[in-house]
Amino acid sequence: MDITVNILLTIATAATPLLIAAIGELVVERSGVLNLGVEGMMIMGAVGGFGAGYLTGSPWIGLLAAIIVGALFSLLFAVMTLSLATNQVATGLSLTLLGLGLSGMIGTSFVGQPGVRLPNLDIPGLSSIPVVGRLIFGQDPVFYISIALTAGVMWFLFKTRTGLTLRSIGDSHSSAHALGIQVIRYRYLAVTFGGACAGLAGGHLSLVYTPQWVENMSAGRGWIALALVVFASWRPWRVLAGAYIFGAVWIGQLHAQAFGIPVPSQFLSSLPYLATIVVLVLISRNKRLTMMNTPASLGQPFVPDR
Amino acid sequence: MMRLELVKRPQRSALFSVLSPFIAFALTMIAGAVLFALLGVNPFNAFNVYFFQPISEVWQLHELAIKAAPLILIAVGLSVCYKANIWNIGAEGQFILGGIFGSIIPVLFPEFEGPLVLPLMLLLGMVGGALYAAIPALLKTRFSTNEILTSLMLVYVAQLFLDWLVRGPWRDPQGHGFPQTIQFGDSAILPELMPDAGRANWGFVFALVAAIGIWLMMSRMLKGFEVRVLGSSPRAGRFAGFGFNRMVFFTFLLSGALAGLAGISEVSGAIGQLQPVISPGYGFTAIIVAFLGRLNPLGIVAAGLVLALTYLGGEAVQSALGISDKVARVFQGMLLFFVLGCDTLIHYRIRLIGFAAPKLEAAPKLEEAR
Repeated sequence: MDITVNILLTIATAATPLLIAAIGELVVERSGVLNLGVEGMMIMGAVGGFGAGYLTGSPWIGLLAAIIVGALFSLLFAVMTLSLATNQVATGLSLTLLGLGLSGMIGTSFVGQPGVRLPNLDIPGLSSIPVVGRLIFGQDPVFYISIALTAGVMWFLFKTRTGLTLRSIGDSHSSAHALGIQVIRYRYLAVTFGGACAGLAGGHLSLVYTPQWVENMSAGRGWIALALVVFASWRPWRVLAGAYIFGAVWIGQLHAQAFGIPVPSQFLSSLPYLATIVVLVLISRNKRLTMMNTPASLGQPFVPDR
Repeated sequence: MMRLELVKRPQRSALFSVLSPFIAFALTMIAGAVLFALLGVNPFNAFNVYFFQPISEVWQLHELAIKAAPLILIAVGLSVCYKANIWNIGAEGQFILGGIFGSIIPVLFPEFEGPLVLPLMLLLGMVGGALYAAIPALLKTRFSTNEILTSLMLVYVAQLFLDWLVRGPWRDPQGHGFPQTIQFGDSAILPELMPDAGRANWGFVFALVAAIGIWLMMSRMLKGFEVRVLGSSPRAGRFAGFGFNRMVFFTFLLSGALAGLAGISEVSGAIGQLQPVISPGYGFTAIIVAFLGRLNPLGIVAAGLVLALTYLGGEAVQSALGISDKVARVFQGMLLFFVLGCDTLIHYRIRLIGFAAPKLEAAPKLEEAR
């Protein structure tokens, strides 16, 4: 029983950064913007979070710094694609490349340094309830943020007027513009929100998951988060399910490696990436589902006519 | 509050389409100077070390050619993809698979020697890269799966596969446990162009030939026209009878084969054996090269040399000034940002609202709404 609980806990820890980054990107894509820079924003959040935590000794300041760094870094993308109407695919890619380089440079002096870890929530009494106690009351704070974030985004997108406006911009920016909606302003806010989320996800990696700085420690998670949004056909609760499936794959292959299954570890390590491809194929096979759910203006630059 | 406003030009500006890479380069320099100053290094000194010392002697120009060759080879292939609005960003993986496929002969059949070995290796390298690129192409055409994500995911898989090969079945039994294959035999080594002057090998010639070939195709042949039409207007392409799915396969196989050729050229030329890591991110840097070269094969040759210099400069500042060679990555990233930003000038005029008084008749009303 204890082993099951432990495995479930590690799955939640592996799923949390995927979930947060994907939820952020979901909001961005719902506004019609495709930001392929998730990996770059995430790794910048990771190095920013680690650095701030390491220098101040406070993991909370680290977490805050991760969010701010992610948001600021995404502004770079926003200025380029929204104000200068550059190609979103190319700009997103360059954000990732720049983020990987910049984080590597900033983090040179952090390599091998001991980090600080966000403490798990521990409510006396409640977290010692067998099984559910630790699962519900004994996890790291970011886990709760991720769940709240998912619920919040669900409510925002589908139950508020602003959320409806945001979705309408994603489906037809010219119609929204004709209605007098400030397309660019909404998109700036959405992109910054996505950046803050990716930064938070990165902070989770370097302050909770493995409290240290390793170059390229995001290891493709940003790209998997992008795939999760497609997999979830732009629905928040499906992102939640997808993130946990991928968390399970990630943890499953680690456990398989630890158990010494007679399969080369490299093959097991490639499972999350292969699983991403398989899942994308399965979901995109259903053309009607994808067509109906893809925000219609996704990835198209918008220059308001005046 | 100051605000940017884009005003569409009636037609694309020929001036800025020539100038924009240079403006971008100048802006990168300025940002780079700030970066060096922040790192506590005199920018002029740093620029000297970064951009001039690495190419001040003949043998260093050879090193530049070694670094530029894979970048140019990969980037000309990618430029065809991007012109067609097809996004292959997994060239790094295709490069690795090219290196692996091409190494089959020297690793598994080391006793096979002679003049046939090298051509076969290069051919196998191209086949390997093309086959690996065929996976995202197949998934896109059959299941309309997003090629950006699948091609990128395959990069991680390729890296792990190479890691397994050189640590497992292909490891040199006499290699004292080092994760590497046997040293290639003489007939499996890509010859140097001018062995007396420096290390540059035939890979650079392949790159130039590929660039000229693709340039001819894009500007003089029907296939190039097809690529451009499908890229700028898929609907018009369909009416003209150009098949989109065929184009996906064509661009992926072409760019995959070129990346594979780059991979095996690097392995048999610069390295001489397989190692766990055979590329310092050439496949990704080539994306920057393609855009800096304005997706024009001849521009890409120049851009490839510039980006190759950022690699050499990174190594130089690390050894001379003690700055992390990651600074090269930062330079490359900044350069791409500025290139993309400056390209806006080709299609738009930029107006700063808040400085210039709005003069269009419709403007006041819109300003009010804001």
